[in-house]
Amino acid sequence: MKRETIINWVLGLGLLAFPFAALYLDEPFYVTLATRVAILALAGVGLNIALGLGGMVSFGHAAFFGIGGYVAGILSQHAFNDEPLFTWPLLISGTSDMPVIWLVAIVICALVAVFIGLITLRTSGVYFIMITLAFAQMIYYFAISWPSYGGEDGLSIYVRNGFPGLNTLDPLQFFLICCAALMVCLLLSARLRDSRFGAALQVARQNDVRLAATGIAPLNIRLVAFIISAAMTGLAGALFADLNRFVSPSMLSWQVSGEIMIFVILGGVGRLFGPLAGAALFIVLEFYLGGVTEHWQFFLGLILLGVVLFVRGGLLGVLAGRRDHG
Amino acid sequence: MADAAHNDTAILELNQLQKSFGALKATDDVTLDVRPGEIHALIGPNGAGKSTLIHQIAGSLMPDAGSIQFLGEEMRSMSVAQRARKGLGRTFQVSSVAPEFSALRNVMLSVQGMQGSSFRFFKPVMRDRSLIDQAHGRLREVGLEDRANVIAAELSHGERRQLEMAMALALQPKLLLLDEPMAGMGPEGSKQLTGYLDTLRHQVPILLVEHDMEAVFSLADRITVLVYGRVIATGSVADIRANRDVREAYLGEED
Repeated sequence: MKRETIINWVLGLGLLAFPFAALYLDEPFYVTLATRVAILALAGVGLNIALGLGGMVSFGHAAFFGIGGYVAGILSQHAFNDEPLFTWPLLISGTSDMPVIWLVAIVICALVAVFIGLITLRTSGVYFIMITLAFAQMIYYFAISWPSYGGEDGLSIYVRNGFPGLNTLDPLQFFLICCAALMVCLLLSARLRDSRFGAALQVARQNDVRLAATGIAPLNIRLVAFIISAAMTGLAGALFADLNRFVSPSMLSWQVSGEIMIFVILGGVGRLFGPLAGAALFIVLEFYLGGVTEHWQFFLGLILLGVVLFVRGGLLGVLAGRRDHG
Repeated sequence: MADAAHNDTAILELNQLQKSFGALKATDDVTLDVRPGEIHALIGPNGAGKSTLIHQIAGSLMPDAGSIQFLGEEMRSMSVAQRARKGLGRTFQVSSVAPEFSALRNVMLSVQGMQGSSFRFFKPVMRDRSLIDQAHGRLREVGLEDRANVIAAELSHGERRQLEMAMALALQPKLLLLDEPMAGMGPEGSKQLTGYLDTLRHQVPILLVEHDMEAVFSLADRITVLVYGRVIATGSVADIRANRDVREAYLGEED
């Protein structure tokens, strides 16, 4: 087995075992912490498809994270109040069913990504970064100024949405749902990376002139990758809203885009389990340094600087060595 | 304009192509064709507009006027990728490969491009015999087989040229566009490549942009000479050698 594979197993099983150990030690709060790691890692896994494989430095993934969150919030509010979302042309009512919410979140994020992608992917480099940021900010201000769903104050989810056959109010069961979603998306990412599409996507990053010269249009490849990436981050957003039982415009803020990017960079850009390692490190720092000083983000910044300057491959680069393309 | 007989058989036909950058006419009424089985060399001093012309044929620059017919089809509004799928294979002046991929995976990408099947998301390419076997075959053809698993960035300059050639051939092109393939190859490498291209012309016609006159004169069936964006002569090697305008404008400068 390759070293990276072993480390991936350790990370995955470590995440899975953590809440059980926490419950055994009678520290239920840590279950929630592990759930946060799983969800944020999932958001990072989504971004990693665009950023790590495709080289698209999206600084607007908070848009998808937040839209996913609002889908969960809005659908469950309508279900809770028993008010339909629309009565015309079809009757569409709210739902508190997680699988349905996820599906809606994925579809809406994908549609928004088509629109944003078609415009932003015509640019590259700094322009791409700024335009993705601009779109995310537009959606952020839209959420703030939309009073029906709480505006600036956000929207509470009074009872966590349900999953058939499970009790989502039990922290451990909800953790297992999030962990399963993360693992499924990691598996999909791995398959995608090694597939024909993944090969084209990675060449779109390395040398798009060459990609076009082999008869593969870089824009189409990037757009589809951007959509998949957005859908995964949107799913993470829906889970995050359910974790906090609350969604607000802050989920759409540019700081969130930055944090998702930090998970990817800390863990190792383009490394399959990089976002998990990055999100775990982020949460650990937030939790422990946050307990010591209010200014924990100063130290996060220092660590990030160190990673970017001295260990280009992130945590997984340190642990598993260079990326292997076979 | 080319005569009717050639219209039927030409693989590539440029007709009164124009491209200006401001006041500079980089391509000034260029008409030329490439026929089956031939190597057509495009020569001209620096700044003659060879690169601009190549860009217009490959699709990365849009001509202001004129037509580009490829296999009897107007290609002007097609993208680079569409032209490649139609059968336009090319190598670049500065070799252009995916640096982080192995030689094998680079060629596999071309095979994939030729098959037109990049939206497959699940099957791992490294278990896809239809990609791997063809890619190995192409590497063997250009003599790069034992370097198949080397990362492209670690290949030597000459090996990257060979890799580009394998990638171009993997597209099963109807026309090869070779942009200074001899550049930086050294005398020995040039000689080898010349021999190789000589056999290749029967497989696929070639439009060859080249500075190495020895290679051009030994390979070309026809030569077109470009000066300041204009075609000043087209003809056989003997015609071009004998043409006084060419000697003045171009060959004279070499002496």
